[in-house]
Amino acid sequence: MINAVGREIPEEVLRATGKEVFKGTYAYDNYEYTKAAPKARTMMDPKRSKMVQNIHEALVKCGIKDNMTISFHHHFREGDYVVNMVMEEIHNMGIKGLTICASSLGKANDPIVPYIDDGTIVGIQSSGVRGKIGEAISTGRLRDLAIMRSHGGRVRAVESGEVHIDIAFIGAPTCDEYGNMRANGGKSDCGVLSYAMVDAQYADKVVAITDCLVPFPNIPASISMTQVDFVCVVEEIGNPAKIATGAAKPTTDVRKIMMADYCTQFVIHTPYFKEGFSYQTGVGGASIASTISLGKIMQERGIHMGLGLGGITTPMCDLLAKGLINKIVDTQDFDMGAIESIKTNPNHIEISASEYADPFNKGAYVNKLDFVILASLEVDVNFNCNVVVGSDGMITGAQGGHPDTAAGAKCTIVIAPLLQGRIPAICTNVTTVTTPGETVDVVITDYGIAINPRRQDLIECMKDVKLPFCTIEELRDKAYAIVGEPDPVQFGERVVGIIESRDGTVLDVVREIKEYEFKD
Amino acid sequence: MEIKKAAMAGTLESSDAQVTVEPGNGTIELSIKSSVIHQFGKQIKAAVLETLDRLEVTDAKVTVVDKGALDCTLKARVECAVYRSNDIVENLPWGGVIK
Repeated sequence: MINAVGREIPEEVLRATGKEVFKGTYAYDNYEYTKAAPKARTMMDPKRSKMVQNIHEALVKCGIKDNMTISFHHHFREGDYVVNMVMEEIHNMGIKGLTICASSLGKANDPIVPYIDDGTIVGIQSSGVRGKIGEAISTGRLRDLAIMRSHGGRVRAVESGEVHIDIAFIGAPTCDEYGNMRANGGKSDCGVLSYAMVDAQYADKVVAITDCLVPFPNIPASISMTQVDFVCVVEEIGNPAKIATGAAKPTTDVRKIMMADYCTQFVIHTPYFKEGFSYQTGVGGASIASTISLGKIMQERGIHMGLGLGGITTPMCDLLAKGLINKIVDTQDFDMGAIESIKTNPNHIEISASEYADPFNKGAYVNKLDFVILASLEVDVNFNCNVVVGSDGMITGAQGGHPDTAAGAKCTIVIAPLLQGRIPAICTNVTTVTTPGETVDVVITDYGIAINPRRQDLIECMKDVKLPFCTIEELRDKAYAIVGEPDPVQFGERVVGIIESRDGTVLDVVREIKEYEFKD
Repeated sequence: MEIKKAAMAGTLESSDAQVTVEPGNGTIELSIKSSVIHQFGKQIKAAVLETLDRLEVTDAKVTVVDKGALDCTLKARVECAVYRSNDIVENLPWGGVIK
């Protein structure tokens, strides 16, 4: 069945998952549903302790068994030890058939791949995967369909009961013996615990894992003791050097700086650039450069950002410190500067992933965005973006908040260099649709800027602006004139993964990769 | 041209290709590895075969390890490897068979 972004979704996938095809970004607006609820166990006897000796005891007390769904968060990013240590213990216990529902998985989690091959893990649901886990899925080694969800989509899936978490393992930089968790003050600070909040709320069993036990009460808590069953102290929950790197040096790549300047010029010529505007940007070199150049113009004109949202980096915190931003609301910290800022600046505030981006709550921050500046591996002539599947067909990225912010923002800008080596970023058809083109308004490349024809209002307000505007087809043609027209990836037949839309429908599928064959 | 001995041109840097030519067994035996094989395998093969044809190479073992090189780069690397296999490094026929 062909969905609203023109992708053929095989009937057997719809039958096997009970899902519907994607019908449009706002098809589920005002939709009524009943939220799921976890099974809870009371804690009345004040003499009973939540402390367990080790991960093994936590697993036994939680009643781990075959075919359960367990969850993790990814705030420790490439420095995460929690997923690997829990999975190793589960594997040692001989448990099979587990589904991992993680907010994301990265290269740090490569050591769990053997557990996919031996059937310990049969399902993966995540924002995305990189490294060897991506390879394992793309080569058809995972038994079940992998499900890729946006950050907001994951909260929806948990709240709606589409996925039920049996046990949530939550790495906490600091925790007290009753389970109050904070993201700061320990040896492995990650700034916020936003993605884990829904897990704590909806999982049957919640285990706090910390390497820094602090005196009761550890407050204000990111995740409260009222949701925590057990507390486990381990040697190390992560590698601080990889959790948060130092602030990235502003890029010196002239191509990125030029695209950043185009972006800033575009932003300031829209009607949304006015006192109190709201803004989110990614962590790419061009995005960060555009935050810095926008900051200069805000200062010159005395315009303040009312709300800075999202994954936070040092340049945003610098604008906050200068008084150019009123509030930063934060779901993830990408560097030391961001972590330091949330510890010290009262206008830098931690929010849940639900508040951030959930399409099925009663209103998320993304809906209040004026601008979001994103990157993309590929953008096609219908403005569809692909941020998950590499141009070689391998799963190698994550949806993150890309589809959520694009759907919410009044002006969604994607910055992409026209060519990455020989691979054109602007193409006829993206390998996989991960953000629908109807939510993408502008594409900025080093060879020109294309405004989505759906946004005649933006085209109108740019008509006297001196920027290299052209159509998206012209951008594609420029790229193809240099590198040649690429052939589509030769996939195998088997579907190995689903790209789930924010609302739970199927946006696209990912097929098994196969060895390239010369056709003649 | 005859491939008189094994010769190589190019690097494994991004956007380059490393081309090796060796004496063949009567035909062109071409092996291609590429980081962009799915998108550009067909075009890489065509560019290499066309260049060999222009240089009148009919008997060679040719190995291409491509890192996303454009066609112009691929052609230059093939030409260079073929001339090196003949120890010709000066007075190359620019504008003649080398286009």
